[in-house]
Amino acid sequence: MAFVVSAIVGLLLLAAVGVAASRIPFARGIVYGGTGALCTLLALWSVLSLAGGAGTEALALPLGLPWMTAHVRADALSAVFLLVVNLTGATASLFGWGYERAHHDARSGPVLPLYPLFIAGMNAVLIADDAFGFLVAWEFMSLASWLLVLSTHRDPDTPRAARIYLIMASFGTACLLLAFGLLAGAHGDYRFDAIRSHAPEGWAATLGVLLVLVGAGSKAGLVPLHVWLPLAHPAAPSHVSALMSGVMTKVAVYAITRVLFDLIGEPLWWWGGVMLVLGAVTAIMGVLYAMLQDDLKRLLAYSTVENIGVIVAALGMALVFKAAHVPVIAALAMSAALLHVINHSLFKSLLFYGSGAVLSAVHSRDLGRMGGLIHRMPVTAVFVLVGAAAISALPPLNGFVGEWLLFQAILNGPALPQWSLKILIAVIGAALALAAALAAACFVRMYGTAFLGRPRGREAEEAREVNAAMRLGMAVPAVLCVLLGVLPTPLLRLFEPATRLMVDAGPFDDRAYQPWFWLAPTSAIGNSYNGLVMALVIGVLSMVLVVAIHRWASAKVRRSIPWGCGYDGLDPLAVTQYTASSFGQPIRRAFGSTVFRARDHVDMPQPGDTRPARFHVTWTDPAWHAIFTPLVRLVARLADLVNRLQFLTIRRYLMLMFFALVVLLVMVAVTQR
Amino acid sequence: MTLLTSVFLQIVQMLVVLALAPGLTGFVRWVKARLLARRGPSILQPYRDILRLLKKEAVLAHNASWLFRTTPYIMFTAIWLAAGLIPTFSTQLALAPTADLIALIALLGSARFFLALAGMDVGTSFGGIGSSREMMIAALAEPAMLMVVFSVAILVRSTSLAEIADFMMSGAVGLRISLALALISLVMVAIAENARIPVDNPATHLELTMVHEAMVLEYSGRHLALIEGASMLKLLLYAALIGCVFAPWGMAGPGADSAAVIRGLATFVLKLGVAGVLLAVFETSIAKMRVFRVGEFLGGALLLSLLGAIFLYVSRGV
Amino acid sequence: MHDLGYDAAHLLGAVVLLMSFALLYQRRLFALLHVFTAQALALSAAAAWQGYIQHAPHLYVTALLTLGLKAIVMPVALHRIVVKLNIHRTIEPALSVGLTMLAGVSLVTLSILLVMPVTESASALTREDLALSLSVVLLGLLMMITRRNAVSQVVGFMSIENGLILAAVGVAGMPLIVEMSIAFSVMVAFIVFGIFLFHIRERFDTLDMQKIESFRGESH
Repeated sequence: MAFVVSAIVGLLLLAAVGVAASRIPFARGIVYGGTGALCTLLALWSVLSLAGGAGTEALALPLGLPWMTAHVRADALSAVFLLVVNLTGATASLFGWGYERAHHDARSGPVLPLYPLFIAGMNAVLIADDAFGFLVAWEFMSLASWLLVLSTHRDPDTPRAARIYLIMASFGTACLLLAFGLLAGAHGDYRFDAIRSHAPEGWAATLGVLLVLVGAGSKAGLVPLHVWLPLAHPAAPSHVSALMSGVMTKVAVYAITRVLFDLIGEPLWWWGGVMLVLGAVTAIMGVLYAMLQDDLKRLLAYSTVENIGVIVAALGMALVFKAAHVPVIAALAMSAALLHVINHSLFKSLLFYGSGAVLSAVHSRDLGRMGGLIHRMPVTAVFVLVGAAAISALPPLNGFVGEWLLFQAILNGPALPQWSLKILIAVIGAALALAAALAAACFVRMYGTAFLGRPRGREAEEAREVNAAMRLGMAVPAVLCVLLGVLPTPLLRLFEPATRLMVDAGPFDDRAYQPWFWLAPTSAIGNSYNGLVMALVIGVLSMVLVVAIHRWASAKVRRSIPWGCGYDGLDPLAVTQYTASSFGQPIRRAFGSTVFRARDHVDMPQPGDTRPARFHVTWTDPAWHAIFTPLVRLVARLADLVNRLQFLTIRRYLMLMFFALVVLLVMVAVTQR
Repeated sequence: MTLLTSVFLQIVQMLVVLALAPGLTGFVRWVKARLLARRGPSILQPYRDILRLLKKEAVLAHNASWLFRTTPYIMFTAIWLAAGLIPTFSTQLALAPTADLIALIALLGSARFFLALAGMDVGTSFGGIGSSREMMIAALAEPAMLMVVFSVAILVRSTSLAEIADFMMSGAVGLRISLALALISLVMVAIAENARIPVDNPATHLELTMVHEAMVLEYSGRHLALIEGASMLKLLLYAALIGCVFAPWGMAGPGADSAAVIRGLATFVLKLGVAGVLLAVFETSIAKMRVFRVGEFLGGALLLSLLGAIFLYVSRGV
Repeated sequence: MHDLGYDAAHLLGAVVLLMSFALLYQRRLFALLHVFTAQALALSAAAAWQGYIQHAPHLYVTALLTLGLKAIVMPVALHRIVVKLNIHRTIEPALSVGLTMLAGVSLVTLSILLVMPVTESASALTREDLALSLSVVLLGLLMMITRRNAVSQVVGFMSIENGLILAAVGVAGMPLIVEMSIAFSVMVAFIVFGIFLFHIRERFDTLDMQKIESFRGESH
């Protein structure tokens, strides 16, 4: 425990080095190297702690007001999320070091002092043991990431993104503040231990839970509170985007898990129902949004929204099973959620690194300017392919294992007592399956337009492979994606203390003995999956196939020009090539026309007119359209009303004060009774 | 049943699906030709086609990447493995516990993912058309298939195909609304996934209507042979899957002797024949639909399978 | 555990419901009429089967009535109306087909959720029958509000009626089923003829108008 605290202090010191970066030689190396080393140590610490059964360690630090001490505590759940945060923190430091060297922009704002601060803030949230420390760390994390977003303030889109992010972050913190107020109740004791022992009941608990869902959900990106996320995440430098998307959203998931599974005690079943619905809607909307994007990083950010939806749905499933007192199945759903948390942090950071590599080579985030990068950036292309395949839940990679566990939990729906929940879970299953299939389509579109085909611009044509640090930063998560897909059971074993803490059961409780390479968790449905055997069989079969074909069939290859639809050879400007937006058209028509009111506009000149034909797509964001635009209008109108108060006579001011006083007195009189 | 027997049966299974797949395609083509009052090519024609393609040199575009060249192998392996996982003549297969129905669907998804990427590799417009339409079809077909799995798995309390087949053979299920809806939905998915009429026409090269053929337009030689072989395997896979879940009779169960296995093989061939005739009759009696109606068709399949899952709770038990 | 009587009744009810979905999916009038015929056939088979397992001969009368009126007379009559009046053969949905189907599935879910708690004590057959027929009724209503064409609205109305009859034949010992089905059929007949007459008038009016305009050379 003391180690985690000192590591956080170390990160703060590194931030100080970052502040004085201009005067210290090799400051960039020191900051990124130090952060990477500290993160690696913290990740190792959490693995060791989990492997050793993850006992709970608490510490009171003499910080803050004299009569209040800051409480920190690390249990199994904290350890799981510490592992997630610091694993990505380590790879992000490695990648970021290379990225800043390759892509340094002198006019951009400072990143060095804020980067360790951001990671320190996230770590601090995970070990906070009182509401006060939790909120301070939460704000710390939010503000550090906000400043990191602002570091690209020269980009035309950044100021708006930062403004919306700030508003949403403040809103989220305000909700969490109210929520903790409700949870602490009349005792006014904000230590988590006190909340745990006097968990509120009735409407206070419900309101608190809903406020946590809104407050942490806005940070995680639950629809419709996701609006800031696809603006802010892509605006930051790529390694910070990876941290924000891959990890900071997970800290929000941690907050939800901590409150709903730990602090609140016995949950009500319909809270889980709310989470299921929110999660499924978020998953489907997120992936549909992603399908519409032409900006590589924004596409990834929307895909984060989708994955958060999947995680929240899995947590909701764990909650309903916990409320129904079926802990083994709750443990299954919880394992699915935790596995998806680490899976998503791996492949999403990998994909964001890939986007950073592409950005530093092509100098654009627009998919319409890329193409054919597989030839010019072969190593990056392989790693991004692994990430895209993993996020599309293809076996034998890690994304599939998470999906498999989740569907096993869904198949246990009949174990629930409520009719409405049984049917809801079936519907949620369909929605999540739809989201997964759409995600595959989305990443085929992303990879196909960025890395395959022919270059769509001079910069894509002249792109160069990135430096070794960036390649290594991508290699680590890519290897882990494969490893966790092939051997998920050891990791689930490692996470078992956390599921036991949250839902009082482990995923393997009902099976006496499990070999480490076999995944067969549930009791109700005796299914199993073996990634290792599957990978081996796939390997053997394809080797047999390759050998057989090259032995007995023709092995000759001739290169030639493909049919170019009337051009002599292929058209030189690659205009007949499918673009991202044309690839998305069938799905846009099938789903987008109702959800987003997406319309294709074709401006076709008359015969004889020499101006070029134009095509563009318009769509409206339902979240803005239905919620935020009216809200902004309402705020503006209220502000107008309040504005009038500035121009009153003194007598009127006195009158206002007098009425306020009388109303207060009346309230006191009423409540006194 | 020892491990050795199950490994042996598994290898036989892998070889049987490989050997029968072109035959099924040839049979469907032959029946279709007969229904249209043509003589039609021999049933063995697909075998000859594949052998001929294997002997030819492969022609690649100048800018084709390694992904383009490896995709046929990946795709063939994934579909071959998936076809090998479905109990066709015996439920005692060595690989049965490594992958269940969900993994099987995901394997098919991998094959599709890589084929769609390969379609975009050369950068011609046809490949893009095919890939984008294929992914749209898959985006609805895959969840529909998962919901079918959901209905069946909740009834049987398992997603393992061997257990599903054993359970269905025991006859403890009876007629169920859910199963009927699941069957209809699965058939719709199978039609779409195998690029059959009315979703796609396997015999056309007309650009406005083609999906699957557009994606593989740039392939030739051994690569094309692998892809064609994979498509044939996929057709067999769906026929075997429908047979395994909804008509598992005649399959050799646990502890069966060699006579039962041979009987199982014979019934499997018979089932394939019935499936081929039904498919041919269906295809000749219906017109191809517009590409943008496919969304409604498969959306219907998804909703039907969802309805099936919901109706599980209405009928007794569960 | 299962008996054939229950299973067959169950399946026939499901076919009726499935046909309701098929009605929502159709975009052409003749296909719509064919699907409706199929629904009526399934309903009449369901009624006959219920008559057989409940040993209630009066249900055979219902089955015959359904067969005669719904599966033969009505479709043929509507077919002739469509041909004679040259009604536009495609159906213009007010709501896209996909959304209508989605709404349909939600309605079925709703009816299941409504029926389940109320009939906890009833037999599975009654429970399922009620859920199925309530779904058919709701889908018929949905069809009436999402289709602009008058003929498809009539078909929607008749499928509502099919749902009611399905509910009635499923409940053992329900009195006056025959009378009810006759009354419904008469009512439908009146509606159909009403629409028939209405359409003739409207059609001739517009024809007249077009004639007049073309004489004056004002048509475009």
